[in-house]
Amino acid sequence: MLLLIQYTLIFASVLAIVAIGGCFSEHGGVINIGLEGIMVIGALGGALMMKFLPGTMAATAVMISVILASLLAGIVFSMFLGVAAINFNADQTLVGTAINLLGPAAAVVIVRAINTAQNPDNVSSTVAYGHAKKVFIVNIGKFEFNWFMPLAFLVLVCAYIVLYKTKFGLRLCACGEHPQAADSVGINVYRMRYAGVIISGALGGLGGLIYITAGVSEWKFENGVAGFGFLALAVMIFGQWKPINIGLTALLFGMFRALSNVYTGFDTLAALKLPSTVYNMLPYIISLIVLVFVSKKSRAPKAEGIPYDKGQR
Amino acid sequence: MNKGSKKVNFLRNSGFQTVTASLICIVLGLLVGYVVLLIINPKGAAEAIAAILKNYLYYPSPTAVMKYLGTTLVKASALLMCSLSVLFAYKAGLFNIGAAGQYVVGAGAALYFGLKLHMPWYVCIVAAAAAAAVTGGISGALKAYFNVNEVISCIMLNWISLYCVNMLLTRAKEQSAPYTRPLSSVNKGALIPTFGLDKIFANNGFVTIGVPLAIMTAFAVWVVLEKTKFGFELKATGMNKHAAQYCGMRYRRNIILTMMTAGSLAGLGAGIFYLSGIEQWMVQQTSVPAMGFNGIAAAFLGGLNPIGTVFSSYFIQHITSGGSYVDKTIYCAQISDLISAFIIYCCGLVLFFKIRLNRWLDDKERHAAKTQKGGGA
Repeated sequence: MLLLIQYTLIFASVLAIVAIGGCFSEHGGVINIGLEGIMVIGALGGALMMKFLPGTMAATAVMISVILASLLAGIVFSMFLGVAAINFNADQTLVGTAINLLGPAAAVVIVRAINTAQNPDNVSSTVAYGHAKKVFIVNIGKFEFNWFMPLAFLVLVCAYIVLYKTKFGLRLCACGEHPQAADSVGINVYRMRYAGVIISGALGGLGGLIYITAGVSEWKFENGVAGFGFLALAVMIFGQWKPINIGLTALLFGMFRALSNVYTGFDTLAALKLPSTVYNMLPYIISLIVLVFVSKKSRAPKAEGIPYDKGQR
Repeated sequence: MNKGSKKVNFLRNSGFQTVTASLICIVLGLLVGYVVLLIINPKGAAEAIAAILKNYLYYPSPTAVMKYLGTTLVKASALLMCSLSVLFAYKAGLFNIGAAGQYVVGAGAALYFGLKLHMPWYVCIVAAAAAAAVTGGISGALKAYFNVNEVISCIMLNWISLYCVNMLLTRAKEQSAPYTRPLSSVNKGALIPTFGLDKIFANNGFVTIGVPLAIMTAFAVWVVLEKTKFGFELKATGMNKHAAQYCGMRYRRNIILTMMTAGSLAGLGAGIFYLSGIEQWMVQQTSVPAMGFNGIAAAFLGGLNPIGTVFSSYFIQHITSGGSYVDKTIYCAQISDLISAFIIYCCGLVLFFKIRLNRWLDDKERHAAKTQKGGGA
């Protein structure tokens, strides 16, 4: 049971943070299908930082530099989407898909290049970071407390305040609902959209880092992040683009995802003798069903996915 | 003056624009790949990029070249079907990122019918297309009746399909290995006949009538899109679904039919590929095969034209296969994935530059007309 709570919380943190990222981007009017790819690159940034930091550094310094590395990697990579979607009026779904393919491919190429440079016989795409990972984890009895759990909560609270209580957030939402109107009162739509994409890149990168530190201490980048970016998008849609709902939905989805890791610990579930594949499928099936019920009265930002053209009325 | 206007007209030709744009995308993609290779290790970069571009030409003997050309063609024909699937849906305004999952379902159905039910090849192919059509149809129905974004539902279905097919094919796997049993030993009748095509490609038995079949399908898709009422309705729905509905076209039915057709195309691709016996399914696969995603690249690189995709699919497969010939002690095969991903990214920017070019041509023409008028008066 404790294990279930632990995994639920950590997976929910990933989903919540990434979904909030997507939420910022879409409130600004840019659909971010590329979250999956951004997560991989963010994870790569964090993992490489953990690998190359000297073991003698203070725990807080390690924590901050690793988080910063993943944020930065995510931001830089999300600029691919930003430039194409905002300056070049590209089809956002197409560019997002390109980013999803580019992310894992680039990660594998980079990791392999580093591995083979260190040791010519090493052609794997695995990064090990067992040592540095420990700074994020505190053992309370049997419960493995992870600093990312409160961080995710903090992000949710901040997202709520920023989106609904600050000038910036309200302006951002205006750009996603009716950019022409926003422009007419002097808001720079392009700049606001860039801000949305940058925030989503940062949070997506951070989410990737949390995902690879959950449970394991090395990561094979060929696997990417197994569709978590897309699950986060489903969480965002089910949460109707609102931070509080996103937080609750993330918990629900996190629990289903956690079940596949720990279902053998429950006698009733183990007695059902379902193959583990069924539990692996569960989050995807649930999200498909959930989407059926919420998509009809969608509260999606009105102008999302439409490139902003200053000359259009 | 006359010569100038001719040149302008030439630039205006949309076919010319599309081909040029695709070529520029390819050059940009290769350039990025080259730069990445240079960064990793400047010594062998030129050789590596040459190896990717050469692919099977790497072999000195003409028989080996023909043989591996055959293998590339088999893979390219599966890719062509996937890209046709993406293209078909895109014409109706739907982004079929689910081609990957439909391909998986097609592979599952084809192999299950072949290995477990011992059906002949034509039944297996129909089963593959039908199962994949149902998968596509689910996304279509969800979009039509519940307004579920097809991209998200397709992605969810990709994963669900992968896990389901893994479970299904576990029943037809070899005892000690995680691969399905080879068709050639279990049920020879499920292998697509070659009709002598293997003789052309140095007895490469994987080259079947699936290859010409795929090319013929490309023509069929072109005919459906350009010459039939269904194709017209479909494109109208894609351009403006409200207008199409207002004209009495059945928007919901069209969306579901489109997704079913797209699904069956991808499923057919999987059937052609796996029933040639070229590869066995790995039942512990944890990621969706890249074929469907590369299909997106091929569809857009081919300028969203069925005939164009024949060439673009071949090219994408050519460099993907070529990736395995780079010097593995320095570089890795994924460099080709990086190049094709970047090519898709560039394709996203094409429309912008097309509009810019046309605007620039408009301005120029207007300017020319003005000066001419001024000169006349």
